[in-house]
Amino acid sequence: MNGNGNLRVGLYICHCGTNIAGTIDVKAVAAWGETLPGVVVSREYKYMCSDPGQQLIVDDVREQHLNRIVVASCSPLLHEQTFRGATAKAGLNPFFFHMVNVREHDSWVHEDKQAATEKAKDLIRAAVRRVAFHKPLEKKRVPIHPDVLIVGGGIAGIHAALTLANAGKHVYLVEREPTIGGHMAKFDKTFPTLDCAACILTPKMTAVKKHPNITLWTLSDVTQIEGYVGNFTVTVKRHPRYIIEDLCVGCLECIEACVYKQAKYPDEFNLGLGKRKPIYIPFPQAVPQLPVIDRETCIEFKSGRCKKTCVEVCGDRKAIDFKQQESTETINVGSVILATGFQVFDARRLPYYGYGKFPNVYTSLEAERLINAAGPTQGEVILRDGRKPKTVGILHCIGSRDENTNRWCSRVCCMYSLKLAHLIKEHTGAEIFNFYIDIRTPGKGFEEFYQRLLNEGVHFIRGKGAEINTWPLDPSEEGKLIIRVEDTLIGKIRRIPVDMVVLSVGLEPHADAGDVRRLFNISCSSEGWFLERHPKLAPVNTFTDGIFLAGCCQGPKDIPDSVAQAGAAAAESLALIDSKFVELEPNTAYILEEACSGCKTCIPLCPYSAISFVEAKKKAEINEALCKGCGTCVAACPSGSIRQNLFEDEEIFEEIKGVLAHA
Amino acid sequence: MTDKPKVAFYWCASCGGCEEAVVDLAEGVLNVVAAVDIAFWPVALDFKRRDVEAMADGALLASFVNGAIRTTEQEEMAHLLRHKSQVLVAFGSCAQLGGIPGLANLSSRDEIFQTVYKEAPSTVNPEGALPKSLHRDNGDCVSLPGFYETVRALNQVVDVDYYIPGCPPTPKIIQQAVEALLSGKAPEKGSVLAPDRALCDECPRKDTRPEKLTLTAFKRPQEILIDAEKCLLAQGVVCLGPATRGGCEALCTRGNMPCTGCFGPTSRVRDFGAKALSATASIIDSNDEKQIDQILDTLPDPVGLFYRYSLPASLLRRKKLPEQPATKGCAPKAG
Ligand SMILES: Cc1cc2nc3c(=O)[nH]c(=O)nc-3n(C[C@H](O)[C@H](O)[C@H](O)COP(=O)(O)OP(=O)(O)OC[C@H]3O[C@@H](n4cnc5c(N)ncnc54)[C@H](O)[C@@H]3O)c2cc1C
Ligand code: SF4
Ligand code: SF4
Repeated sequence: MNGNGNLRVGLYICHCGTNIAGTIDVKAVAAWGETLPGVVVSREYKYMCSDPGQQLIVDDVREQHLNRIVVASCSPLLHEQTFRGATAKAGLNPFFFHMVNVREHDSWVHEDKQAATEKAKDLIRAAVRRVAFHKPLEKKRVPIHPDVLIVGGGIAGIHAALTLANAGKHVYLVEREPTIGGHMAKFDKTFPTLDCAACILTPKMTAVKKHPNITLWTLSDVTQIEGYVGNFTVTVKRHPRYIIEDLCVGCLECIEACVYKQAKYPDEFNLGLGKRKPIYIPFPQAVPQLPVIDRETCIEFKSGRCKKTCVEVCGDRKAIDFKQQESTETINVGSVILATGFQVFDARRLPYYGYGKFPNVYTSLEAERLINAAGPTQGEVILRDGRKPKTVGILHCIGSRDENTNRWCSRVCCMYSLKLAHLIKEHTGAEIFNFYIDIRTPGKGFEEFYQRLLNEGVHFIRGKGAEINTWPLDPSEEGKLIIRVEDTLIGKIRRIPVDMVVLSVGLEPHADAGDVRRLFNISCSSEGWFLERHPKLAPVNTFTDGIFLAGCCQGPKDIPDSVAQAGAAAAESLALIDSKFVELEPNTAYILEEACSGCKTCIPLCPYSAISFVEAKKKAEINEALCKGCGTCVAACPSGSIRQNLFEDEEIFEEIKGVLAHA
Repeated sequence: MTDKPKVAFYWCASCGGCEEAVVDLAEGVLNVVAAVDIAFWPVALDFKRRDVEAMADGALLASFVNGAIRTTEQEEMAHLLRHKSQVLVAFGSCAQLGGIPGLANLSSRDEIFQTVYKEAPSTVNPEGALPKSLHRDNGDCVSLPGFYETVRALNQVVDVDYYIPGCPPTPKIIQQAVEALLSGKAPEKGSVLAPDRALCDECPRKDTRPEKLTLTAFKRPQEILIDAEKCLLAQGVVCLGPATRGGCEALCTRGNMPCTGCFGPTSRVRDFGAKALSATASIIDSNDEKQIDQILDTLPDPVGLFYRYSLPASLLRRKKLPEQPATKGCAPKAG
């Protein structure tokens, strides 16, 4: 054994109720365990993770002078820390413990009881042989930087930022658009309560701007992040707004004074439904309250010969700067919250709905703008051809629940479709048809809202809209959009002529989500949503410590859920900061410096950039705090000069021999 | 008889290069000769097996055995020398790891006989005779050593105390090893008597290897004009320097040729070829399976490349075969 005197192993087999004991003969395994070389105590117990179960370990260590502990139970993911704790409580180094997973790896996946019992023995033999070679290890402590970076200033990012800032932490909020607010800023009302989106959102937006603990950077991108939990160094690129933030008072007189008397260019915030000037503010309550100059359309940028009436009116304030350059900021933070949200499905991908071809086919987001009192039509629902719609069709699930596009349910579309139905009816008095596959209203107050809509006389047709065309069958259909649908309740194909179609487009990950994922070194689900560490128990954590998720970047959800998640992410971040130190798992790789030949094979392989080449010594060096113990370099080092705690060659070879040595 | 320590040299399945290496010690060989009494060296001195058999157990201070074990006779001699020696040294790659002859483990004995005695273009064998270990003629029995199915390294046959690596070992390595053994300052049993760091450490090209080296094709030395200064791997030539124990003073890379791994792995690596392969594979610059296959196609003989000197000592050992006993010889007659 590893220089620790005689091997004295305590072996514990957990029943896990019937989860394990139902398939594995735990009594037989415990009796057999006593015959293993080095095993002094071998027991089975109903729930090893319970207090009395853990106490068994503590008592045995004290009474029987055990020096190694093996527990055969569930996954280390669940209880490794528990049993390491018990081992430490008993006075042993916690890393003299090793866990065998006889539940997920054995009882849950086998039916043949005898074979499962034999397999448990093989796994246990391997662990007992391995644990003999365990070394005492210490967890390292690293201080945590209290500042937090939040990426994305939608409702999730805003809420997380305010929560943290109110708790006294400094927050850097990085948003790539000229204003914060995200999608919610585009809505008029929110389901199911129909409260005014701006009334609840804009106070939070201004609070962000005013808060002494929040540094808000709009028109900005994170371009680099280095370091590890508690100690990230982040580079942020700030794109020019051509307005000097500190000098601008937000009077917006410059926009008025622009040489363009009329707004001429399609306005991004209104999805092209309205127009803006080259100098503009995305919407009246935008935060920060600063204009932005679009260099693509500004005459001064195009020709250098503009009268610059904007500069004239700005006068002594001198806040307009055509020479403003991109700048870079470098900040240190201890944790990061990603709140980059979603993008809506591009309806052009499904040409049979005619979006982009028939002017009166809108997306739901466009419909939100049309209804919005601050929108391009001041809240009047007027079609592109100037008419007011008398009949409107709302098609659910566009780009959702579809093998050919996105397979997932976007979760909010049923509800916002109901909301739009209600609001359009309210604004126009039109007859409304909703085409749905299923109505999904599982949230608080949602089903009631659906009932209300049914009572309001909105038509619901069960069937996914199949096609929109403009082929009239009789003169009354002239100029109409014909929705073709299979009404599955009556079992008939129907044609429903309407004036306006709203496509309820689904939610999907941003096109650049993969880049963001790589930048922050986190994982994505196969669909492209950022992956939480555990779907139930760690929903806002990622597999990278210190990086948390909030809002729709993790998956489709509504505003209440986004806010709840943002609060949770802020709380996780606070808990991390207040723990003051991070304890780093000692399963890290280390280089045998004397042995390293400096061949550099390992350097580019590390997914966490933990290895660097030290020119002075001509050897590689691992930053222990960055190392996640993935083992890539250990396997790759051609001269075997990298080893890894808890995965030493002897430990692994003994484990292999143990598992293969059938009694 | 002097009381100088007695040593023996012996060769098994080897090419003779190791014997040359001893002679190559040049004036150094005289130091060795002066310090020891060579009691057995079939290649150079006329001693017979029976002379060794007549010795007391442990009479030899050290035996230096080169070559792998392929025949029954080699195995017998390995056992004999083991008994008679205080220290048994595996000399050269073949004894240490199985060496080039060990690549024969990619074929079965029958395949080898077929090729060598029947199919090779240079073979003239109208009767189709194959090696036999037993030949009777008029009541006399003539026996030849039996040919095993598998080539083994020396330590797979007898207990080995030390290893001197190399194909062949370099004069400096030999001299240092012999001095260490004679001075009684020998290291821990089982050691390889050479530095325990990989070759890159002493390679003059080392500094030219970029930190981030990735490749989309491997080059064989004959395919390119090799830059004499630049790291060979950085030029796309598979150099096993990163995986190979140093001590040769980078003879090959100084000679503008890649390291082929003859000094074997460091003490920390169990399977040389697997390590060399994983290190080489890790610099492939692609995540696309098809493209990776294309890149790998530029390595036409991976086993010969990565296991050139160490197939018998690897975890793989040989191409899978149903185990068969060696061809039987006559019981060796005493004397
Ligand atoms: C048509 C429609 C109607 C809806 N109606 C309702 C409703 O009535 N009620 C309700 O509860 N929910 C509704 N929702 C859902 C609601 O939009 C979301 O729940 C909410 O917007 C999620 O907020 P978020 O902050 O996670 O994401 P977002 O609102 O998408 O905000 C993300 C922010 O991050 C920024 N960003 C993105 N990537 C980066 C980057 N790399 N760097 C910096 N910044 C970045 C974006 O510019 C954006 O400002 C609706 C959704 C749609 C599509
Ligand atoms: S791979 Fe091994 S020998 Fe090469 S630089 Fe890294 S640690 Fe050193
Ligand atoms: S890889 Fe080969 S050429 Fe490059 S430094 Fe190492 S030994 Fe020298």
